[in-house]
Amino acid sequence: MVKNNPIKFSIKNLNAWFGSLHVLKAINLEIYANEILSIIGPANSGKSTFLRTLNRLNELYPGFKMTGSVFYGGEDIQKIEAEVLRKRVGTVFALPLPLPLSIADNVAYGAKIHGIKDKKKLEEITEESLKKAFLWEEVKDRLNESAFKLSGGQQQRLCIARTLAVKPEVILFDEPCSGLDPISTAKVEETMFVLKREYTIVLVTNNVKQAARVGDKTAFFLSGELIEFDITEKIFTAPSDQRTDGYIRGEFG
Amino acid sequence: MRKFKEFFLEKLIFICGLASILFVLLIFFFLLKEGLSVFKTVSPLKFIMGRNWYPISEPPQLGIFPLILGSFIVTIGAVVISVPVGVACAVYIAEIAPPKIKEILKAGIELLAAIPSVVLGFIGMVTLVPWVKHIFGLPTGLTALSGSIMLAFMAMPTIVSIAEDALYAIPKSYKEGALALGATHWQSIWRVLLPAASSGILAAVMLGIGRVIGETMAVMMITGNAAVIPHTLLVPVRTLTATIAAEMGEAVVGSQHYFALFAIGIVLFAISFAINVTADLFLHKDK
Repeated sequence: MVKNNPIKFSIKNLNAWFGSLHVLKAINLEIYANEILSIIGPANSGKSTFLRTLNRLNELYPGFKMTGSVFYGGEDIQKIEAEVLRKRVGTVFALPLPLPLSIADNVAYGAKIHGIKDKKKLEEITEESLKKAFLWEEVKDRLNESAFKLSGGQQQRLCIARTLAVKPEVILFDEPCSGLDPISTAKVEETMFVLKREYTIVLVTNNVKQAARVGDKTAFFLSGELIEFDITEKIFTAPSDQRTDGYIRGEFG
Repeated sequence: MRKFKEFFLEKLIFICGLASILFVLLIFFFLLKEGLSVFKTVSPLKFIMGRNWYPISEPPQLGIFPLILGSFIVTIGAVVISVPVGVACAVYIAEIAPPKIKEILKAGIELLAAIPSVVLGFIGMVTLVPWVKHIFGLPTGLTALSGSIMLAFMAMPTIVSIAEDALYAIPKSYKEGALALGATHWQSIWRVLLPAASSGILAAVMLGIGRVIGETMAVMMITGNAAVIPHTLLVPVRTLTATIAAEMGEAVVGSQHYFALFAIGIVLFAISFAINVTADLFLHKDK
């Protein structure tokens, strides 16, 4: 095995249910700092549920139940306040979700709710975050326009900037490119590459090729089970499980 | 035979549809015809800005300014009370309440809407009016404040149900997006949900105002009906609606007084029409 970075998330025997539906089955997994972990698998394999468990977003749904534990930096996430956890572990959703605000306010929103009031400081954070998301050049002259006027790809990068503005340590991407064209997708992937220097990234994707392109490690989920987890190269060249091989070859999915 | 039946039914439904428009038009023309006659003797400006309403003195003084102010002050009072409470209630129902309490609250609100206004007026008269008199040490509890409080109850169901619909219609993703950034539940409501639903909430408020301004029975029973210009909320006032209801019975048909009451109807009509159009604009802003 290659040398590993420090462990960021440690998931121990995680089971999850929605009502009586058993959606995650005995997951054990470690996520390392400053790496991109790609999670692949067919629809309904529990990828997104797993991702949402990491910052306790599943709790918003009635009927959700989990056992086992998730440690974040050595601390049980159930013992961390949900708001604090979500500030440190940000999410970028599948569909870009700008809030009904201006471009600048969308980015500054997160910083504002965490108590930053100084206008100058907010402007700095906004600019810095937009630059990191490679959106600054495209929007710097129209920061006060509604965020809905941006294109889909731009909106998605705006959402990345918004997540960055609260200064998280981990960013969860939930199929961030599923609604985007190839050019926008390339831009988002490029962004992720740069971001991993400072952040830990978990990427759920339906696009196997994307996982191969950007992931340091790859995990393959099937029907709520973690089938295989290894460095990306290994998964894509010499998977140890028959089913992983079948999925990445496109035999089912 | 069958063809004839089809034809007959089709025409019958057509006539029914036409009738509703026809009735509105007839009412409108009748109102205008009777109401505008008063302007043969009083100028419109003097009618609206005149400070004295003595319709049966000789010659009659027909200034409805005190009545407009009466309606205005009672409405403002009702809005100040019902909007914060109503919107808060809508937020609670839409966002916070557990399903069971939500059902109970919604049923309660509907029940509140079902109480006839004369019953509300009656309850207000025997409970609220003495209470207002006692607390503020007034000679009479029949004041604009009592009217405002009672009308706030009447506006509340409208405001709550429409504001709740507006909140409910906001994509769940907004809330999730805010929460994913580490916002607390309250922060997501205050900074995201309320602004996003603002046009619907404004429409709810406008329709609530429309309900209040057109209300007659309860205000007539508890505002004291003194046609003087009110300077505070703690004096008796008379509203436009109460004036028509109270005086139409005794006005001599064809007299100045009679025409003036119809003219008040036109003023009321114009106000409610403006409010409804504004509410409609807010509701359909996005489309």
